[in-house]
Amino acid sequence: MTTAINIKTVSADAANLPILEIRNLAVGYRGNQGFQRVVHDVSLLVRPGEVVALVGESGSGKTTMAQAVIGLLAENGRLEGGAIRLNGTDISGWSQKQLDTIRGRQISLIPQDPTTSLNPVKTIGAQVAEVLQIHRQGSRAEIDARVIELLTRVGLSQPELRAKQYPHELSGGMRQRVLIAIAVALRPALIIADEPTSALDVTVQKRILDLIDELRREYGTAVLLVTHDLGVAADRANHIVVLKGGRIQEQGPIAEVLASPRCEYTRKLLADAPSLGKTRSAFRVRSRPIVGPDDAIVVENLVQDFALGGKRDVFRAVDGVSFTVQRGTTHAIVGESGSGKTTAARSIVGFQKPTSGRVFVDGTEVTTLRGENLRRLRKTIQLVYQNPFASLDPRQTIFQIVEEPLLNFDPLPREDRARKVHAILDRVDLPQSVLTRRPHALSGGQRQRVAIARALVLDPQVLVLDEAVSALDVTVQAQILELLDELQQALGLTYLFISHDLAVVRQISDTVSVLHNGRQVDGGPVEDVFQRPGSAYTRELISAIPGQRNANQHSFQ
Amino acid sequence: MTGLNTIGRSLLRDDANIPVKYSQVSRQATSAGHVLRILRSIKPGLVLSWLVMGVVVFWALFPQWFTSYSATVGVARQQLRAPSADHWLGTDALGRDLLARIIYGAGNSLSGALVAVGVGLMVGTTLGIVAGSARGRIDGAIMRGVDVLLSIPQLLLSLSIVILLGFGIVNAAIAVGITSIASFARLARSEVVRVRASDYVEAAFGSGGTFSRVLLRHILPNSLTSVIAFAALQLGWAILTISTLGFLGYGAPPPTPEWGLLIAEGRNYLARAWWLTTIPGIVVILVVLSANRISQSFGKAKA
Repeated sequence: MTTAINIKTVSADAANLPILEIRNLAVGYRGNQGFQRVVHDVSLLVRPGEVVALVGESGSGKTTMAQAVIGLLAENGRLEGGAIRLNGTDISGWSQKQLDTIRGRQISLIPQDPTTSLNPVKTIGAQVAEVLQIHRQGSRAEIDARVIELLTRVGLSQPELRAKQYPHELSGGMRQRVLIAIAVALRPALIIADEPTSALDVTVQKRILDLIDELRREYGTAVLLVTHDLGVAADRANHIVVLKGGRIQEQGPIAEVLASPRCEYTRKLLADAPSLGKTRSAFRVRSRPIVGPDDAIVVENLVQDFALGGKRDVFRAVDGVSFTVQRGTTHAIVGESGSGKTTAARSIVGFQKPTSGRVFVDGTEVTTLRGENLRRLRKTIQLVYQNPFASLDPRQTIFQIVEEPLLNFDPLPREDRARKVHAILDRVDLPQSVLTRRPHALSGGQRQRVAIARALVLDPQVLVLDEAVSALDVTVQAQILELLDELQQALGLTYLFISHDLAVVRQISDTVSVLHNGRQVDGGPVEDVFQRPGSAYTRELISAIPGQRNANQHSFQ
Repeated sequence: MTGLNTIGRSLLRDDANIPVKYSQVSRQATSAGHVLRILRSIKPGLVLSWLVMGVVVFWALFPQWFTSYSATVGVARQQLRAPSADHWLGTDALGRDLLARIIYGAGNSLSGALVAVGVGLMVGTTLGIVAGSARGRIDGAIMRGVDVLLSIPQLLLSLSIVILLGFGIVNAAIAVGITSIASFARLARSEVVRVRASDYVEAAFGSGGTFSRVLLRHILPNSLTSVIAFAALQLGWAILTISTLGFLGYGAPPPTPEWGLLIAEGRNYLARAWWLTTIPGIVVILVVLSANRISQSFGKAKA
């Protein structure tokens, strides 16, 4: 709440000259089909000390805009019109050389992916020092001292040690802190943060966003925050710009836009954002699912060790996890990266033998199955992967992909197979015309529907969804979740839903297990866990869900 | 992309997009701008390479179309003639037309190279695929064997194999092929390992696929692209190595026209008849370079 108050004071006394003024900006890319404009006539203002959120789905042109401002458009990109005024000077026609004088000093960038944005062969210290050296900030000793100061400032423990380390020795969150240190090193007037936390866990995300907030207040820097997450925008920005298809749909002060969105698209985005409201009860307007009398999945004391190099050292990825899932319901396994949730799921599906513990799926003990019996189990339990771009064979047509599981079991005549494929495609709301295409010709949401169709074509009882909606845009995500819900009701499916996104979990599941470092720290019905979290870690996770600050102040719909 | 690149790609995969692209091309080709763009994107080096390869393939298939001279019977009193209107590339010590010998030699050299690459491709890729998909001990055993093959100098290895098998153009080709097994095996294994780790292969197992089905349906088609690009590269190398063996006298026996042998035979007349060594040498270099350039375009098409 303190931040919210601070935002108000900053914006109140800083209604003077804008730091950044974009007027009628148009950007296009040269491609195979000739020139294609992706940003049309966009105008916006960023005032000192203000956070302006640029929100939109993938392909909405938000990253292109951010790149245009800092002059880092891809080779085939071109500014086609409009002005970019930085402190009143139009920089849109500047050469790279001219831009070099202001990049880092007046505008800086926090890139999206901390794992690929640092040079792996240079030490952290050298990389932070680089920006200071380029802009000739003092002697070597002064720079070294300043590097340590910066690393301390962004909250890295043992800054002297960190300065000597290489990027691979740091975690994702620490690397993002280093990138922030580089961005704020020269106290620029404007920081462009391009999805600064999208690749990070939710608790780390909160800390990083807090840090950016803090530095912004301390230095009076303005931030242009590019994000797909309305929750993050709602928490952090004072001004929001909603982009779709390269056009501004709506812009205005955050509170106003959230409270009374004027345009249809913004309303849709708000409705689809899982973090901004609805729980499952609101989401599902229906009678209870067909809940079977028995448990579809029973996991007893599951332990999974991995050998580390030598034979003696083992890493315990999953440590004594137990839960049961009633037939026809959804159980979620929640945790951050490294919590063992995916490992647990893979043991349940039978892709690896657990070190100890027992797993029953539909009454069959999975852990003792081998060979042909294990293969038979695939008819009962199916897995849907996180990344629909990697889980479909690029060389197969959609028909072949969906048909394939049928070929693996009791041979059906060709017409029967085709009929089943057509039927399942209808079930997942895909047009029959996609059957002859290959995955690369489909959008992310369509591909995920194909993956779900492939999983369902064998009529399984249990579907394991490993972060199945995490890679998708919020509106697509909402559609897929709706589809899953529909399928569950129609087919009486049991879902095991693996996710790091608590907001989604709250929306879709009935029961939940919270995993932390391989241990189950919490579990039970979703509302119980959310209302009365049993562990400090669960509380931390829940409080890190973005979109709570403003969501609690305003009611939607 | 050039038209040739598209052809190159269509050679590699039965991609359903190719016909679509063609129709797009023909539809859009009406606009002058598009024609210009196509013209600008044509790579002269690649066109030239295909041209060289095309000519050499035709030489191998229909040598009689290109020359009226015999490759093995000399003409009396025409020994060691310099290039002239009668004999474009001159004649050798027995009065045989050099151009005819190069043209007829294309058949021997190319078929030798094909056999060599075929042996390497078949045996090497099979070993690599088995090693990559079986992993564990089988993988270890196969790959250590491959390491042994790699540790013997290639020329020495092929010479010993020729001695074991007996002289002759086919045996020389097989010997060259055996020396390339190791590289094929390594490449195929690394590709298989990469593809095996992908989600769609696991998904195929997850939907009840047996090992052999997944191998045939997913692993093989997705890992063979780079192997095929490598095979094209090996073609040039095989021509070179077979010529080397021919030069050393381990290949085709005289009077068979074979490029390596031509160079070796001309060596004795280097001072009086430079064309006897130089021109076959240039032909070998051109063919090898073309094969490399084409293989490179395959590699690009894959990416």
